[in-house]
Amino acid sequence: MTTDVASTVDVKQRVATVSMVKAINTALRDAMLADDRVVMFGEDVGRLGGVFRVTEGLSARFGDERCFDTPIAEAGILGAAIGMAVYGARPVVEMQFDAFAYPAFEQIISHLAKMRNRTRGALSTPVVVRVPYGGGIGAVEHHSDSSEAYMTHTPGLHIVTPATVSDAYGLLRQAIRGADPVLFFEPKRLYWDTEELALPVEVEPIGRAVVRRPGTDVTLITYGPALPLALAAADAAAEAGYDVAVVDLRSLVPFDEDTVCDAVTKTGRAVVVHEASGFGGFGAEVAARVTERCFNYLEAPVRRVTGLDVPYPPPQLERFYLPTVGRILDAIATTFGDS
Amino acid sequence: MLNLDHLNGSDHMPGSTAATALSVRDDEETILLRGYRAMVIGRRFDQQATNLAKQGYLAVYPSSYGQEACQIGAVSALRATDWLFPTYRDSMAIVTRGVDPAQTLTLLRGDWHCGYDPAATRTAPHCTPLATQASHAVGLAMAARLAGDDTVAVVLCGDGSTSEGDFHEAVNLAAVFAAPVVFLVQNNGYAISVPLAKQTRARSLAAKAPGYGIPGVQIDGNDLPEVYAAMTAAVELARGGGGPTLIEAITYRVGPHTNADDPSRYRDEAEALAWRRKDPIDRLGATLRARGLLDDDLQQAIDADAEEFAARTRRTVIEYPAPTAAEMFAHVYAALPPHLAEQADRYGREGGAA
Repeated sequence: MTTDVASTVDVKQRVATVSMVKAINTALRDAMLADDRVVMFGEDVGRLGGVFRVTEGLSARFGDERCFDTPIAEAGILGAAIGMAVYGARPVVEMQFDAFAYPAFEQIISHLAKMRNRTRGALSTPVVVRVPYGGGIGAVEHHSDSSEAYMTHTPGLHIVTPATVSDAYGLLRQAIRGADPVLFFEPKRLYWDTEELALPVEVEPIGRAVVRRPGTDVTLITYGPALPLALAAADAAAEAGYDVAVVDLRSLVPFDEDTVCDAVTKTGRAVVVHEASGFGGFGAEVAARVTERCFNYLEAPVRRVTGLDVPYPPPQLERFYLPTVGRILDAIATTFGDS
Repeated sequence: MLNLDHLNGSDHMPGSTAATALSVRDDEETILLRGYRAMVIGRRFDQQATNLAKQGYLAVYPSSYGQEACQIGAVSALRATDWLFPTYRDSMAIVTRGVDPAQTLTLLRGDWHCGYDPAATRTAPHCTPLATQASHAVGLAMAARLAGDDTVAVVLCGDGSTSEGDFHEAVNLAAVFAAPVVFLVQNNGYAISVPLAKQTRARSLAAKAPGYGIPGVQIDGNDLPEVYAAMTAAVELARGGGGPTLIEAITYRVGPHTNADDPSRYRDEAEALAWRRKDPIDRLGATLRARGLLDDDLQQAIDADAEEFAARTRRTVIEYPAPTAAEMFAHVYAALPPHLAEQADRYGREGGAA
């Protein structure tokens, strides 16, 4: 099977201004064109094209054997994907919303993450689980969770989350092509952001963070839905005279400690920003690792700016829950001893 | 076709030969004799494993003593290209497929989680979280069909498993997609200590099948010919595109849940004694003798093979190579992420922590 991206993309569509939804849709299409082992299934992903239209047109193009609707059974969907992968398929499944993936938790933790290990490498389960996640879209209860830390705690999974349109395309292609299972967290508040997407996207292998903005005073470490906020905070801080670096992790597992620590050793100050609750969250892992490795370079303790440690609030209150530019600026100031 | 060559002392895996395998084309006498022999050997293996557990060579062993007709009948209906999705109580079925006995018991010895190669043996790892393997079978069967193969997947589970949500989701998925899957529920009366009456108000487990729109059959799980016939019919229905079947085989867990269990706390010994009188091996043996197919000489020869298999099991379990600390890191990912590479370097050396 060829996995050459360039060979599979219509020339006329090589450069276009597209949304993240369209980029993911295009990545799925190109992956299915490149490798007929790729199958896509889940709830409402067939004729409807998914509640976010991410799978629009796929069942029409590839037939309902390769892109199909399932009963509402998240554990069963995950389990079926595992069995398919054992037989050599490359399943991509959609969990309709973050919190609706929880019924599949046992399949992810007990089987998807462990099959290679349980069988001494005899079986692998290269399943991609697409999870639209996060808040900021005014959704009601159970539609705005950030569940990545439940997964980063489990060995055997890759945890990937794009923050840009082109990364959404490139990282998903990498994820589908990879040898290990991937939880692919799609920030739904960025679904409709547009960007000029030039295909083929040259994307580094999963596991490389990227410096979105260089800086010398303080490093913001972030991912997924919080990247635009971090960049806005960096702009605001610049007006106040701070030169702020922004690192986009792109994958939480593998964690690119080298890129993060290179940035932090240059600035001596670090603030981790994510939308999920802070307590026991991935930011704690980042802060601990930065502290362990960069302690002698640090001018101040590593700070975290995160969602509050309460259940995700109703939409009327989410502006109080989510990290803001103001909170990030406060944290930056704290690392300079101002409060 | 099922390869039973290992019962003659060879090491064949399923798929390696079909020459002496059981098949639906074999005559009835061959099927009955082969099945009887496999049950005798399977029980001796099971007893050996229980002994190994009591002697500390296995961490634990869940016996399937008394369920031989289900264990052997189920796998006898399979071709080498078909897949089996067993639970922790199905070691007898696994060795009957031709999987090496020491590799079969690796999980229970505690050397690794799965000791055999599931791809080579078309036998999924023993599944411990109940019913969670059922949807794997559905997906595998769907992928096989998509690839143009006529593979059938068989799920083994117990009565307790039918209460799990995973069981429901898997049967429903299989039904909706007409997946080539057979669900064999070994209703052995107890889920550890809890009797079937506390699992369900359904009049039977097979009676759940119409709710999914699939065939459901209840059979005598202590009658090998009946299990074999029902399994063969369901497997071939699935293979021909007829979709899944739910089979409830009524049997009994004669022994404890595991060597660590004490059934006297929750059931009457008289009940177990009554079931011992319905012993599947004795029953088929009596049938074979009545038909002149089994005599003392043949029984002795079968017993000798069973002893040899049990001795090989014991020897190879005891001699099984010990795992190394390095292996903890070897199979977590295709390529170690940096944070794990660091740990592997520090703690994955021979002998464990530095």
